[in-house]
Amino acid sequence: MSQQSNAPKGETLTEAPVRRRLRIGDAVFRDTTVAVSLGLIGLLGSILFVLLVAALPAFRAFGVWGFITSTSWNGVTDTYGALPFIYGTLMTSTFAIVLALPISVGLALLINEVKSGWIRNPLTVLIDLLAAIPSVVYGLWGIFIMAPFLNTYVEPALGATLGQIPVIGALFQPTPSAGNMFNAGIILAIMIIPIITAVSREVIAIVPRDLREAALAMGATRYETIKIAVLPYARSGIVGATMLGLGRALGETVAVAMLIGNGLGIQASLFAPAYTIPAVIANEFREATSVGLHRSALLALAVILVVISFFLAAVSRVLVGGSVAKTGKPEPLLDPAEGDVQ
Amino acid sequence: MSDTATPRDQGRATSVGLRKAKSRMFEGFMWLTGIVALVPLVLIVFYVFKEGLPAINVDFFTQTAPAPGVPGGGMSQAIVGSAMMVGMATLMSVPLGVLSALYLTEYGRGSFAATIRFVAEILLSTPSIIAGAFIWATVVLLMHSFSAIAGAIALTVLMWPIITRSTEETLRLVPDDLREAALALGVPRWKVILAIVLPTAGAGIFTAVMLAVARGLGETAPILLTALGNDFMNLDPKLPTDAVPLRIYNYAQSPIVAWHQLAWGGAIVLLVVVLALSIGARILSDRQQRRLR
Repeated sequence: MSQQSNAPKGETLTEAPVRRRLRIGDAVFRDTTVAVSLGLIGLLGSILFVLLVAALPAFRAFGVWGFITSTSWNGVTDTYGALPFIYGTLMTSTFAIVLALPISVGLALLINEVKSGWIRNPLTVLIDLLAAIPSVVYGLWGIFIMAPFLNTYVEPALGATLGQIPVIGALFQPTPSAGNMFNAGIILAIMIIPIITAVSREVIAIVPRDLREAALAMGATRYETIKIAVLPYARSGIVGATMLGLGRALGETVAVAMLIGNGLGIQASLFAPAYTIPAVIANEFREATSVGLHRSALLALAVILVVISFFLAAVSRVLVGGSVAKTGKPEPLLDPAEGDVQ
Repeated sequence: MSDTATPRDQGRATSVGLRKAKSRMFEGFMWLTGIVALVPLVLIVFYVFKEGLPAINVDFFTQTAPAPGVPGGGMSQAIVGSAMMVGMATLMSVPLGVLSALYLTEYGRGSFAATIRFVAEILLSTPSIIAGAFIWATVVLLMHSFSAIAGAIALTVLMWPIITRSTEETLRLVPDDLREAALALGVPRWKVILAIVLPTAGAGIFTAVMLAVARGLGETAPILLTALGNDFMNLDPKLPTDAVPLRIYNYAQSPIVAWHQLAWGGAIVLLVVVLALSIGARILSDRQQRRLR
């Protein structure tokens, strides 16, 4: 604001203090908001700094690469390695994404394509409610209702069918464990569907009408319109949505800790127990004292998790933001569908 | 398209029929995804009420945690603990969140504001266990004790970016005409914000707070690492404190069957409060948007 600087020369003496007071009020208020906003940067910085410093002894003792690739997690010998937890975290999250992505994109398309508000609005609200359910309630339901059902009916059936196929059959070998990656992955999929759906819905909703109408005018069916006009345009946004869902799945703690069986082995079968980074932090922080490297190793796991999460969030934000920003400018009409036009 | 151009494809009618069938199949798939996504919601709500209702009685709200083998007992210590920690976290995160949102909408320009917005977005995706581990490694280890205040700070780490983000969205809905009209009358900027912008966006900010509170009430992992839990009623913010989600988590994993029932009872309380807050927030924000647009 420049009004102060070009105030008229002939300003009376009585006016000046009032003006100055107002100006001070403005400056104080503005600086407060700036300081608080800087606090956000400070928060992010201190999360990274504190965790990194606390993890340093473990990284120094085992080496960063050594820590990541070691499978030993032993309090007695005070040797720690992250591989079983990284494996369990990545396997469950990947499985969850494989299940959740097609469902979420289908759902996002459904919400955009259905014209009648009395189906669309309740559907949107209900999907949002799914996102509001606390993760411990998912875990409770999962451990007492879903897991027994899956263990008794679904897993033997999958073992007898998909388990017989070479290569991918290895994922479906039966084990006696009630807690396993399959159950944890399914609960994660349910939990991230609303997130991927919400973001995908936004990027699909901003696909320009022209593109759809052009496809429809060429005689494309609804499926072809989606395939040649809608999805290519929304693709990067959907990838961003998936990364957001992946980040959520990687960081989920209690629901997974309740369902995954918390086993240190690295087994190919989804029906085998495993362990994740958040779950081991939640289960072992009480025993982790400053004697030895246990505490430092747990916080080193936290560093790995936070680096992956923040990286995914940053990439996702760039992809979704880019997708949204595109609508600001007029697009060449057939460009995104180019590859599909014969 | 490959499916329309096979050499044996003589009549156009067949290919059009094929394409239409494919399209219809895809529509069927879309409807199926809607059903698949809603089944868990229905099942979760159904089972929480079916298993939990028998646990809901006066004792549930007035008694503290039962000793192993002792029947009855309740969750009063967890309900009070949750209210205390989320209350403190709200008192901290609302001013922080609203002020940073005000910076972003009223003052923020250029790359500095873009950086703040980016950082807020990244923080929004902080895994809750990380907020817990961060406060455990700082507040808890420095105080040499798990405590309600540490729990509240961990929740603040999660709630601050949520409030910043949703408040910013709602502040953007306040028409610039209002700001300009006030400024033109010679009202200083900070008074414009306090007297015009904030009241206009009031309902929206309240919505943002409701959503953040709902998130805070449901968090387990950060509370576990910072407040630890407590079988007894505790009102001292410097001591370990219980919370409803934490109690559910511990009871669900215990071998004592009677405690499972209490866990389901806790889930009803949590689910009803959190869903009521989410639905309430939604109704309020719909109304607000209709008013401002």
